[in-house]
Amino acid sequence: MTDTVRMTYREALRQGLLAALRRDPTVFLMGEDVGRYGGTYAVSKGFLEEFGEDRIRDAPLSESGFVGAGIGAALNGLKPVVEVMTVNFSLLALDQIVNNAATLRHMSGGQINVPVVIRMTTGGGRQLAAQHSHSLEGWYAHVPGLRIVAPATHADAYGMILAALDDPDPVIIFEHAMLLNVEGELAAEPGPVDLDRAAVRRGGSHATVVTYGGSVPKALEAAGELAKEGIEAEVVDLRSLRPLDDATVMASVRKTHRVVIVDEGWKSGSLSAEIMARIVEQAFFDLDAPMIRVCSEEVPVPYARHLEEAALPQVADVVAAVRQVVA
Amino acid sequence: MKPDRETVRGHLHAMLRIRRFEEKCAELYGAGLIRGFLHLYIGEEAVAAGVVPRIAPGDAILATYREHGHALLRGIPARQIMAEMYGKQEGCSHGRGGSMHLFDVSRRFYGGNAIVAGALPMAVGFGLGDRMRGTGAVTACFFGEGAVAEGEFHEAANLASLWKLPVLFCCENNLYAMGTALDRSEADTDLCEKARSYRMEARSVDGMDVFAVAEAARAALEYVRSGAGPLFLELKTYRFRAHSMFDPELYRSREEVEAWRERCPIESLKRTASAAGLLTDEDVASIERAIATEIDDAVAFAEAGTWEPVDTLARDVYARASGGSS
Repeated sequence: MTDTVRMTYREALRQGLLAALRRDPTVFLMGEDVGRYGGTYAVSKGFLEEFGEDRIRDAPLSESGFVGAGIGAALNGLKPVVEVMTVNFSLLALDQIVNNAATLRHMSGGQINVPVVIRMTTGGGRQLAAQHSHSLEGWYAHVPGLRIVAPATHADAYGMILAALDDPDPVIIFEHAMLLNVEGELAAEPGPVDLDRAAVRRGGSHATVVTYGGSVPKALEAAGELAKEGIEAEVVDLRSLRPLDDATVMASVRKTHRVVIVDEGWKSGSLSAEIMARIVEQAFFDLDAPMIRVCSEEVPVPYARHLEEAALPQVADVVAAVRQVVA
Repeated sequence: MKPDRETVRGHLHAMLRIRRFEEKCAELYGAGLIRGFLHLYIGEEAVAAGVVPRIAPGDAILATYREHGHALLRGIPARQIMAEMYGKQEGCSHGRGGSMHLFDVSRRFYGGNAIVAGALPMAVGFGLGDRMRGTGAVTACFFGEGAVAEGEFHEAANLASLWKLPVLFCCENNLYAMGTALDRSEADTDLCEKARSYRMEARSVDGMDVFAVAEAARAALEYVRSGAGPLFLELKTYRFRAHSMFDPELYRSREEVEAWRERCPIESLKRTASAAGLLTDEDVASIERAIATEIDDAVAFAEAGTWEPVDTLARDVYARASGGSS
């Protein structure tokens, strides 16, 4: 049994980033308030003192400018980790991400790799209303050339940043804001993680719950409740949103024959729709019941607590969906 | 500085190469052998001819979709550029880019970028890379005056100046952003003022005079390389041809175009150099012959080029293959 340390998800992110900065002098962190402020979510607290202003680079509020600078630096011998405060703000940098990071390798006939890592928070649940709470990772997952990952566990929070920096392609890491304070165990000497595979977080034979990121703990909590009723739900954490690990998803579907998809994005044109489509294409005859999606209501996320709760997927919604799919 | 025969011939050769190469491209476009967008640089040759040869091999260049001239003068072989125009896999971007996306990383030529101002933030990152790694290299980023209206110009200008990065911003001011004249798109048409508002050194030069451009580029590169920070160089020029092959040119008068054609950088150089006894008719003829041979060879190479098999369509999307996922 390896030793583990109890810490928050935020601390696991911090430890991963710290390890990355310590092992490679070409790694640097750039973004709004990453330095003197210590990181909007305190992920880079204390880094400025250890690594200096060059490597912990406070950027002005110019998302397109500093994300593009990260891409350029990645093409010119550095290993940038660009932090964007939230996914909503990243829309100001869409041009750089979609038109440059995702295309340069292909457009140049394979002459260029773009080893940039971009991190951002995503998701709702903190009453921050409609410009700080959305889950737009599905949009990014639409784009060939990008790798999109969503760490849901402490091991992934720590390890994905290191794996992303080892990857020659542009990687965007989506960190769900509601996970930041979640306590969990991290191995004292965490091993490497991959960026490709989905993971079965809880085994079960009656239904498959496919989810990722901030919805993983909700799905696991729902599975715990369902187990009391004798319903064994298998929870598949996608981990990588692009590329998608179809094999792991289909293996679970072929075992349980019933599927619930939990995605904090909206249903229309979403990642949940993509997963459903792939299951239909690849495992339709294995299904014993229509699939069910638990997604955000199709409204901009509202401020008032009770309305926000109603807008986002909740544990009770997942429980109800699984009950229905196995009925 | 008094120009000598060698310099005159060098400038003329550089500008004529671009002119003749693009005239051939226009002809091939008419014949349906080149497709997509084709943005000609004709009229603006003194800019690339003055700046690009002054950029050191270790420096990086980022350009726009009107970059045939820059690519040629950076040393990408004409045959590879022409093959790219054809969409052949022997092209400098293996047929994946076309006219707007010429790349040659071995020559640190990081592309034609077809998003106006899209390369500017990347140029900042290149500068950051050189500064943090202590390479001593600089980055030259070309863009049209239309880019100055984009937020990315202002973000990049601020970042480069704030961080004192070794970036040369080369603004090719040909007075029209596609069909919109500068004074119809900018409240302040003094482009240098915008750069200066970010405390960036800014200079303006007659982009139709290759000697003036070459001297301005030399001084600008020296400034940027010294570590003094970025520099904004406005090159006042004019595009003689339409914006692209689809442009009916309804936005400017014939008289205006004719007036600028009188200032053709190639004809001007020929006139002044001949009058000064630095250029003979035979000089011009021999340069033309050499270029014609080069272009014929490029076309033959492109014609003989091959189409990439469709079954490799999905390559070069990712550098690393993913294990079992899609």
